[in-house]
Amino acid sequence: MATNIATLEGRGTTKSASSADIVFAPLQGSGSVSWSEIARTAFDSLLANRVRSFLTMLGVIIGVASVVALMALGDGASQSITSQIQSIGTNLLFIAPGQLNRGPGSGNIAAQNLSLDDYEAIVALKLPLNGVAPVAQTGGTLVAAAADKQVSIVGTTPSYAPLHSFEMAAGTFFDEVQARDGTAVVVLGANVAKDLFGSGQAVGQTVRLNGQPLRVIGVLKAKGGGGFGSVDDNAFMPIKYAQQRFANMRTADGNKYRVSSITLSVTNAQDIEGVQGRISALLRDRHGLDSDGSEDDFTILSQAAFLSTLNTITGLLTAFLAAVAGISLLVGGIGIMNIMLVSVTERTREIGLRKAVGARSRDILLQFLVEAVALSLTGGLLGLALGFMVATLVTLSGVLTASVSLFSVSLAVGFAVIVGLFFGIYPAQRAAKLNPIDALRYE
Amino acid sequence: MASAVNRWHDAIGYPLQTISENFMITVTDLKKTYHMGDIEVNALNGVSFEIKKGEFVAIMGPSGSGKSTLMNLIGCLDTPTSGTYVLDGDMVSQLDDVELAAARAAKLGFIFQQYNLLPRQTALRNVELPLIYRGISGAERHRRAAAALEIVGMKERTDHKPNELSGGQQQRVAIARALSGSPSVILADEPTGALDTKTSAEIMDILQRLNREQGLTVVLVTHEYDVAAYAGRVLTMRDGELVGDEKQTPRMTTQVVTMAGVAGK
Repeated sequence: MATNIATLEGRGTTKSASSADIVFAPLQGSGSVSWSEIARTAFDSLLANRVRSFLTMLGVIIGVASVVALMALGDGASQSITSQIQSIGTNLLFIAPGQLNRGPGSGNIAAQNLSLDDYEAIVALKLPLNGVAPVAQTGGTLVAAAADKQVSIVGTTPSYAPLHSFEMAAGTFFDEVQARDGTAVVVLGANVAKDLFGSGQAVGQTVRLNGQPLRVIGVLKAKGGGGFGSVDDNAFMPIKYAQQRFANMRTADGNKYRVSSITLSVTNAQDIEGVQGRISALLRDRHGLDSDGSEDDFTILSQAAFLSTLNTITGLLTAFLAAVAGISLLVGGIGIMNIMLVSVTERTREIGLRKAVGARSRDILLQFLVEAVALSLTGGLLGLALGFMVATLVTLSGVLTASVSLFSVSLAVGFAVIVGLFFGIYPAQRAAKLNPIDALRYE
Repeated sequence: MASAVNRWHDAIGYPLQTISENFMITVTDLKKTYHMGDIEVNALNGVSFEIKKGEFVAIMGPSGSGKSTLMNLIGCLDTPTSGTYVLDGDMVSQLDDVELAAARAAKLGFIFQQYNLLPRQTALRNVELPLIYRGISGAERHRRAAAALEIVGMKERTDHKPNELSGGQQQRVAIARALSGSPSVILADEPTGALDTKTSAEIMDILQRLNREQGLTVVLVTHEYDVAAYAGRVLTMRDGELVGDEKQTPRMTTQVVTMAGVAGK
């Protein structure tokens, strides 16, 4: 054979003998196409129609980006709300007079049937509490040498400060002695101190309230808005002083001091419900309510219940937004199916040729399926990057901290791949079923 | 029909059974019926012949004679309605889709009138295609494809895409692709149908050399006598039947066109 080869190629080149030897040597192949070849062919084909591939991916890009960004924003909003509520304190219960749960208009906001005696009775129960504090709230104008300010006056006891995790910027909170004596001292919220004294020293100064002098003994660190009026705009003083100086501190019948609310912190989270039940029973008994299921004339709000309700709402909202975004992913999938069907038609001859040179139906199926998944996965990764960018921009803008969770990333990318597989299988089957003869003749 | 086969048997002088291992293609009473609505069309109506290893056979006939149907069956692209087909010792007429694909990959190399190169791929990549489906890994595949291109005189054009090549050059690449899987048979379907006379002669020269010097079996479908003249034997089809089977002295290329020489220009 070697001489023949030499005759075949000898006239033109010198290395010719080896080329025929190489071509006609026995072949040892694995018999199936390697994955890297499938992937290479898929990306070659997608890159050959760059604009079309990009437009096809756009649906998936937008879908994945919105799922990722919206879930990040939802999580961020939820975390921001939760941390603000937790900054008020932990395991808190709030007792307020009247029924607050019945919606606007129906509740008796002005109810004054919660008294200081109720507070003392609760203390006497010796419940497993970190602390308990009564609040007598009213409004007034604090007058300093250079400025005056309308503030919310909070008369309370020293245990109020640790319950609400107060930190002092300067001075101290009032102590038990000052509380018991009703000493004329005041602790200012951060905004109040700033408005009255600017950047100057507030502690040691005197402010006037209804003409009476109060010594400033402390300034709180700023806490930011809590959603219910910020403590930064409050002035805190011994409850006894407030009761003596303000006329509206009596219950309706005039016999007792009223309180606006009672705040307590339960030692262990699992005791919250039990504590709530015992206080409820005590107050019903004290207020002379029958045990026949008539309505309470007070409201016990649990921070934990509030938080969980809030989390349910934000969770639902996030899921809803993500579902809407998911629909755009689905639409993107239909776009992929559409373009893959066009591609199968366009490449009918190519499919025929590939089959003629030995491709099995399975090879063709895999080829087109991988192309569809490559489209959706590339779109998914680009969408992920876009979603990250949106979340980062929102975080940088300072509105809230939007953190992209691993869950939302895997959900979005996983969904993108599933979309590619689901919408790619039909066009791929169409391609695989093409008869090589018809395919080769196709014009 | 039967007389044509017998005539050839007489010509070569020995009975079918004793020489079957020398046959590359043995076709016996091959029939193919298409259903077009209620009408049955007998595209192939009982065709029998043998092609020896190393023969260069042209199949001729007017359009509608069944030569394309026959080519598809020989090419394992289709299965017969009845009859048997033995290719290189394997009975392929009863194979399923997957086995047919394997038979095409292992034994056949196709050349088409319209070249059918993948337009966005380089010549080298086009030639590698059959090897990809046989699972030949990168370096070996590259070596074989480059060698196949060298054989057809396209060594200098390995990185060109089809639209950068002339029709004749594209057909050379297509021949290299048909060769790259180390086939037993080259099937050429009107390989010069889209080429001018001079280029046609070059292409036929390559096929003839592959046949004579490498011992490759070549089966050529054409309706041009000029092209069929390069073959050593001509089968003539009409109305789904084999009506002629003639041995002839093949025409040799008169011009001195060397494969490497043309490619070098």
